[in-house]
Amino acid sequence: MLRRRLNRLLGGDERRVDSRTIYVGHRSGSPNEAIIPPKFCDNRIVSSKYTVWNFLPKNLFEQFRRIANFYFLIIFLVQVIVDTPTSPVTSGLPLFFVITVTAIKQGYEDWLRHKADNEVNKYPVTVLEDGRRIRKESEKIKVGDVVEVEEDETFPCDLILLQSSRDDDTCFVTTASLDGESNHKTHYTVPDTERDLESLNATIECEQPQPDLYKSLGPENLLLKGATLKNTQKICGVAVYTGMETKMALNYQGKSQKRSAVEKSINAFLLVYLCILVSKALVCTTLKYVWQSKPGQDEPWYNEKTQREKDTNLYIKMFTDFLSFMVLFNFIIPVSMYVTVEMQKFLGSFFITWDKDFFDPEIKEGALVNTSDLNEELGQVEYVFTDKTGTLTQNNMEFIECCIDGFQYKYRDASSELDGFCREELFLRALCLCHTVQVKESTEQSQGQGDGLTDQVDGLGVDGEVVPPPEEQRGFIASSPDEVALVKGAMRYGFTFLGLESKTMKILNRNNDVEMYELLHVLNFDPVRRRMSVIVRSRSGDTLLFCKGADSSIFPRVRQEEVERIRMHVERNATEGYRTLCVAYKHLSAEEYAQADKGLREARLALQDREEKLMAVYNQVETGMSLIGATAVEDRLQEEAAETMEALQGAGIKIWVLTGDKMETAKSTCYACRLFQRNTELLELTVLNLNLFLCSCCRSWSSANQDYGFIIDGATLSMVLNTSSESNSSRYKNLFLQICQNCTTVLCCRMAPLQKAQIVKMVKNSKGSPITLSIGDGANDVSMILEAHVGIGIKGKEGRQAVRNSDYAIPKLKHLKKLLLAHGHLYYVRIAHLVQYFFYKNLCFILPQFLYQFFCGYSQQPLYDAAYLTMYNICFTSMPILAYSLLEQHICIEILLDNATLYREIAKNAMLRWGPFLYWTLLGVFHGLLFFFGVRYLFSNPALQDNGQVFGNWSYGTIVFTVLVFTVTLKLALDTRHWTWINHFVIWGSLAFYVFFSFFWGGIIWPFLRQQRLYFVFANMLSSVSAWLVIILLILLSLLPEILLVVFRKPRGPHARQVELKHTYTA
Amino acid sequence: MVKQEKASANRPDNTAFTQQRLPAWQPMLSAGIVIPGFVLIGLAFIGIGVALFVTSRGIQVLEIDYTGVEQNSPCFPCTDQNRKNCVCDVNFSIDTLFQGPVFFYYGLSNYFQNYRKYGVSKDDYQLSGDLSYFKAPSSTCSPYEYDKNNKPIVPCGSVANSMFNDTFKLFQIVNGAKKQVSLDGKGIAWWTDYNIKYRNPSVTPLKNAFNGTVKPLFWSKPAYELDLSDPANNGFINQDFLVWMRRAALPNFRKLYRRITDGDYAQGLPAGNYTLEVSYNYPVLSFGGRKKVVFSNVSWMGGKNEFLGIAYLVIGSMCVFMSIVMLIVYAKFKFPEED
Repeated sequence: MLRRRLNRLLGGDERRVDSRTIYVGHRSGSPNEAIIPPKFCDNRIVSSKYTVWNFLPKNLFEQFRRIANFYFLIIFLVQVIVDTPTSPVTSGLPLFFVITVTAIKQGYEDWLRHKADNEVNKYPVTVLEDGRRIRKESEKIKVGDVVEVEEDETFPCDLILLQSSRDDDTCFVTTASLDGESNHKTHYTVPDTERDLESLNATIECEQPQPDLYKSLGPENLLLKGATLKNTQKICGVAVYTGMETKMALNYQGKSQKRSAVEKSINAFLLVYLCILVSKALVCTTLKYVWQSKPGQDEPWYNEKTQREKDTNLYIKMFTDFLSFMVLFNFIIPVSMYVTVEMQKFLGSFFITWDKDFFDPEIKEGALVNTSDLNEELGQVEYVFTDKTGTLTQNNMEFIECCIDGFQYKYRDASSELDGFCREELFLRALCLCHTVQVKESTEQSQGQGDGLTDQVDGLGVDGEVVPPPEEQRGFIASSPDEVALVKGAMRYGFTFLGLESKTMKILNRNNDVEMYELLHVLNFDPVRRRMSVIVRSRSGDTLLFCKGADSSIFPRVRQEEVERIRMHVERNATEGYRTLCVAYKHLSAEEYAQADKGLREARLALQDREEKLMAVYNQVETGMSLIGATAVEDRLQEEAAETMEALQGAGIKIWVLTGDKMETAKSTCYACRLFQRNTELLELTVLNLNLFLCSCCRSWSSANQDYGFIIDGATLSMVLNTSSESNSSRYKNLFLQICQNCTTVLCCRMAPLQKAQIVKMVKNSKGSPITLSIGDGANDVSMILEAHVGIGIKGKEGRQAVRNSDYAIPKLKHLKKLLLAHGHLYYVRIAHLVQYFFYKNLCFILPQFLYQFFCGYSQQPLYDAAYLTMYNICFTSMPILAYSLLEQHICIEILLDNATLYREIAKNAMLRWGPFLYWTLLGVFHGLLFFFGVRYLFSNPALQDNGQVFGNWSYGTIVFTVLVFTVTLKLALDTRHWTWINHFVIWGSLAFYVFFSFFWGGIIWPFLRQQRLYFVFANMLSSVSAWLVIILLILLSLLPEILLVVFRKPRGPHARQVELKHTYTA
Repeated sequence: MVKQEKASANRPDNTAFTQQRLPAWQPMLSAGIVIPGFVLIGLAFIGIGVALFVTSRGIQVLEIDYTGVEQNSPCFPCTDQNRKNCVCDVNFSIDTLFQGPVFFYYGLSNYFQNYRKYGVSKDDYQLSGDLSYFKAPSSTCSPYEYDKNNKPIVPCGSVANSMFNDTFKLFQIVNGAKKQVSLDGKGIAWWTDYNIKYRNPSVTPLKNAFNGTVKPLFWSKPAYELDLSDPANNGFINQDFLVWMRRAALPNFRKLYRRITDGDYAQGLPAGNYTLEVSYNYPVLSFGGRKKVVFSNVSWMGGKNEFLGIAYLVIGSMCVFMSIVMLIVYAKFKFPEED
């Protein structure tokens, strides 16, 4: 009987102790033991939210959960139930429109998701069942099924690799669609598995599904759904997690929604307007009952009440009156504002994707917008947190020099022959062996079983007889570009890494001989240890450990007398901005190796605390090494990194560099980026001088008017942030923040990813809650990208995780300048104006209606016709502001880019503070008063036609409305600084449409209307000269202060400088 | 070649729109434009203002309150609710010729024709002559939908019910004898109201259409007897009725009653003494209202309205004044943008 128990824990985690048991191929351990098939979910991926049946109720429920929609629904219901002045159509129609459009959009998106789901779920897969190969749809896979996957196919669920077509029981996988890393990762079959899968009788115990994608990528038997099989003909694996329990699905959950500061302002303004609305209704209700208490006013004979009204309780009447007033004035908070804001954001974000300045010819990609909710936030950034490697620098490593036993070798004059010291050769062999680099396609060729399609660029011989000259551009793939740089550097000195096959590493040495090393163990790199090691066995049988890592982590583990010779070089290289690594080795005796091997194996199989145990073994093995030398790799600055940083600083943005690199390297990068200037006084805070520093700092702070740079390292930071006692912690934190905020640049080095997020969070929550932006390119930046208000990913070399989690992704750092200074600035100005204008136009729309109540006995008589009430926000005044909010460039892009200081003018939400809000509100009130009383004085004699006939109440309303539409549109025209043909078309088109619509609406007896209130009112109005004159007068009078303000403000205010700039620019 | 194409496929379109480089007009409100603009607008406004002011001044208006609140006023006896068919004579004199054509308005104050529930209390289908609504008036007409005997009221609703029913006769006193001034009741309502919006049912005689209905409670005679002399002015297209049905915008309003356009008075009312014979029916004192008659002639701008002329003059002079101020400011600042 074959029974093997595969006890594998996939990513240990103490908290999830319960595990699942899987019967491979649904065969129980013993024949007489009945299988109780455990219940697991099927392999269907459901990313869609709705089905055909629940779409309507579920979608409506979702939509009405939004406060605004719910409010409009309530208003609509009040209109239906209570006898209100306006018909339910006036608020029902816009609401219906909004709900429908949103539902269609969401329905379409869900349909796309359904389609994508179906594509995945119906994908045919091969399942081995009782020795037969059965084609199935992917969704029918059950946990325990043995699935066969062929080359270039994606895995249909999470599989444990049982069998591979390759001789060495490995397979290659790319996880490009999971995390964007396109390098091939090697996975191994479960050791000791029978070749005969049909008769395999086994159970797997593994933990319950958990989402941590990166933690679990480690176990080399687990193939994740979504990854693709490469360089391997086919594999068989048993399904362990299916459907929604796969790592991919568990990671699918979107990130939390970020809300922009503008949205918060909108909500604050809404509250103000809601108060205005309620108080208006209250005032009217109160005055109505005060007025009615006077004799004769309550029920004049000509306006008798109905029996029902007479019977109604006074308080109920008051309440319904209040509701009626609410309904009458509810247009002050328009539904359409949400639609317009959403549209502006959605359409506006296209300009980022479309911008050809963001197109990078190298990667052939432009910018990417993951969320359009934060466009305007780009114009409000106060703090930029940037990663160093790959963001400020190119992450394009170049081997510069190395230092072996204190002798320095420059890369440039590599042609000069090295002396044949064995130490040097050892050093170069170490460089060739101590890495996780793969040679592109080489494995297949060397095995000679490729199907002939593989290109022969490298043309490597199998046995080293025919050796082509080593080429510069050999295809190396690695997760870290440092490693590639080092391998290439070694190649330059004559040691070429040929690849890894069947656990054997091949090196082509200077004498064109192939050296073979058996790879015994890889002690992977991790950011805590900051080093990696390999254990290899040479042909001669020696067991060697090669280790490379940061100086700080290597020096304590080597003999001290060796350190001094190297240290000098390392430090000098670091100050020049190079990344330095130290290389050490040690011989392992047979006993030592046996011990280490045992320790490593045990730790890898540990069910609990695997990480910790591994770490302990690693630390134990990596001791007593001898230092061979050090390398220096240059990471060149990104194009225009310095200019970009300078521009951002000019824009008043504070830049914090958060890096995992060491202080010297980071500092030199900062100097190179001109973040630190020569005259910047650097304040360094490290563990050594912590107490001293804080004391001296708080004393001598305010003295100088100087630029300060602040440097802190991770260890100190955690001391500052995680002080044991509560009171001290907050005190230190505040002190620390205070210091940081007074420095132009802060550099935090040796940071763990989580610390980066911690810092961002701290600044984000500090006083004044400044807007933060994080930019980074690697997986270690994801936490801070998610934490900051705006997260920017760089489409760099370290995979796509940063891009996937970002709000915006750009190909290069230099694009940040345009993104913030031009796009951000414009978006902010546009949306701020949009919001203010929307509130303004609805205030002066409803104010006359409110004032009219004083003249109609508080009877809720609407001033405007229902059609006007409905169409005002939807048709007459919506398009111009939308066009404005998409196209406006109050200052043209070139000037914005050239003068970073312009960015400061809109800092701190300048256009949406209470000051500007008050200004717009007063403007709205002024216009509203003017419209109403202007027409009211005209109507002191309603005989306005030359035939002596009189105008009625609808004429009154139509005149006010005409003035309103024209004034509000022309006000926007006055604010428009950038008239494209679209603006012209939309502004004049809207006015023309209004006139046309009014003629049309009043020109026909509409059969479906009960009351033909507007019949010929508009045409009659136009036949009156007085009406024309009053319309012109009121429009001009409303706009006059605006024109004066523009003219008078110019010579001194901020506009003057823009004008000058514009002039110099055009000149 | 293929590679190049691939590269460009991913590249954003280089069009003026996508790159936000649409050719644009960027108007700057500079002093060079604004000052002359203000002067021009100011002068134009002053011109219009003067024209309006002069025209308005030229319009003669004669207002007579005949409510009869004071003891000694001629209509005081009629304010007694119990008196039916009360007639009172209001005497007045004109010093100079009242230029024709003269328009005769009646005015009401503190009368809320713009009251919402009052305003909706009518049935437009009924008033457009749809007979089915004669039998079943719209519920909006409540409380004047049906009478006590549950018979439908036509025309229904508060607006129609409260139609102004004072009538006037104007006499000139010539050598002690009364000479009636002929009043023209045509052309006082909107042309579209008279010809399109309001229609009588196409039943002859009109009376038959009203079978089974009752007249509004306040009315003394049914709709089909509003003007028996002229079928084109009867029923729903009676012009007095139409004028009343067009609701006033404000609580103090006037409505056109008659025009004095033909006969001896086509050129106007000559100086002399006149008597206005009012048949006083419409009660207003219960809600503190006032009734008045207004004689006025009109101009191209309509009736007398000082507001427009003054407003234009003020705004016009303000514009001119502002342009002078601006000129001084800019002279001091040496026209920064001309440099």
